[in-house]
Amino acid sequence: MEPVLTLKHIGFRYELAWVLRSIDIQVHAGEILGILGPNGSGKSTLLNIMDGVLTPQEGEVRLNGHNLHDLNRSAIAKKVAMVSQENHFRFSFSTLEVVLMGRFPHLGRLQFEGKKDLDIARDALSATHAEDLAQRSIHELSGGERQRVLLARALAQEPLVILLDEPTSFLDLKFKREIFRLIAALSEERGVSVVVVSHDIDLLSQYCRHLVMLKQGSIFAEGKPEEVITTSNIETVYECPVMVDQNPVSGKPRINVV
Amino acid sequence: MLQSREDLYSLRPIITLKKVVLLSSIMSCVLLMVMVLSLIVGTAEISLKQVLGLIQGTLSMEDPARLIILKIRLPRIILAGLVGFALSLGGVVFQAILRNPLADPFILGVSSGSAFGAVLGIIFGFGFKLGIPVMAFAGALFTIWLVMTLGSRQMGMESSTILLTGVIINAFFTAIIMFFISTSSDSRLHTMLFWLYGDLSQSQYGQLVIIAPMVLMASLVLFGLAKDLNILTSGEENALQLGVEVERTKKLGLLIISLIMGLIVAFSGLIGFVGLIVPHLSRMAFGADHRQLIPIASIGGAIFLISADTLARTVISPSELPVGVITAFLGAPFFIILLKKKGSQWSRS
Repeated sequence: MEPVLTLKHIGFRYELAWVLRSIDIQVHAGEILGILGPNGSGKSTLLNIMDGVLTPQEGEVRLNGHNLHDLNRSAIAKKVAMVSQENHFRFSFSTLEVVLMGRFPHLGRLQFEGKKDLDIARDALSATHAEDLAQRSIHELSGGERQRVLLARALAQEPLVILLDEPTSFLDLKFKREIFRLIAALSEERGVSVVVVSHDIDLLSQYCRHLVMLKQGSIFAEGKPEEVITTSNIETVYECPVMVDQNPVSGKPRINVV
Repeated sequence: MLQSREDLYSLRPIITLKKVVLLSSIMSCVLLMVMVLSLIVGTAEISLKQVLGLIQGTLSMEDPARLIILKIRLPRIILAGLVGFALSLGGVVFQAILRNPLADPFILGVSSGSAFGAVLGIIFGFGFKLGIPVMAFAGALFTIWLVMTLGSRQMGMESSTILLTGVIINAFFTAIIMFFISTSSDSRLHTMLFWLYGDLSQSQYGQLVIIAPMVLMASLVLFGLAKDLNILTSGEENALQLGVEVERTKKLGLLIISLIMGLIVAFSGLIGFVGLIVPHLSRMAFGADHRQLIPIASIGGAIFLISADTLARTVISPSELPVGVITAFLGAPFFIILLKKKGSQWSRS
């Protein structure tokens, strides 16, 4: 089957120095793809290229057979949703209003949200266990609650692919696990593809079928967690002595810092 | 207790067209009542009966009240309404695009930039109908460009940087205007001083027929951008990801606002804080959705400035104050309270 999102030989630079070089990635329907790598390895830039916010100088991104460059913002937003770290709500919108913003690409310029949109928003809130927050102001939410609401907004876009930029930073252990369980459930039940950038290597190892490991803007390793998360790979890429063994419950690779 | 009050505050149902139309109609009725009321209030005694008589056509042609209402008070009230409407609309759009609740055409220096353009127009001897408003528009556009360039850091617009930039630009243009006033010949002096204080007493129907359609058209176009503005307030990157054409929306919004600010400043001078107070109160009462905020804050701005101007012409009667004095009296403390109360929250990024 043809992949939903294809990155062909992507090269990107902000100014002179290349941030990403020769990146080839395919995202298939319903899969969870994890992207890992040390700070500054180009992970967030890669996500921004995947949803067309940044345009690469080399290579092309194909979304469902179309070149991303030829699509306007709302056409992209109907297919790709992003939960980024950059979220500053300056004004006191309610959670429901924020989730309804996910319907923006589907509505006409002067069209108001109707019953269908409201149903989709409610459904999205319940999928992320955030129904109770619907009437609260976005300003009152805790980090974990806000992350769930933003995930619900992404679902309301009814996308084929959801991109998540460090969804678990600032969250405690319980919420980290909860977010990853949510992601797994969404991809399984709705067939949504998920690309997740994270520093939580153990969680990526548990929940992703396919991993891409970046080092200085290039793919250093990719494949199943067992193939990517090895002692030598981690030590080379992160420049930090570790010992990788197996998680006794799941059997997936686990990192021990030494 | 506090928690439950905040819950109440944010308990807002979904926005529908019906609700927007209903609220706007209610606000328009209030506006009409305020207009009638301010026709009555003033140095010369006019009764409600005379105003109603005029509307019904039963007021005698020789009644001096007729002249006062039609030739003096009504054009001034309509101008005040239009200026208040436009200033408040400008505030709402600035606040959304710069993602800063303290942005206002006056505070950002856009009004004084516009006044600078207008003063240049007077010096060059341009006409009031076209030349001066065009110069004022150019001044407003130039200032916005300056604020955006000096005050922005890549993606985000830092609150304090933008405000400081505005203050500096404001001081600079005011200084230039003062320079021109000090060096110009006497006959032009009065015309220029006019811009520094904000004055609605020179209103003529000839101006109103230019301003009214422009302001109404601007508000309709901006209403069409309301959903985009909603999303824009949560960040430009975010807005792109949700499908908003960010650059186009920003450019169109700022261009339209510069246009009507230029027009407004050319005819009314520098009137501050309307675009700060009214949008803020509207947001507190009705929520942050721009589909509701744009009509409500705009009509609210008209109500506010008509009331302020009525105060300006009655408080030291038979003498008059420039209306800018009244709005600054109310606005400056309001600004300080907002800055102190919410400053930390807004500067968080």
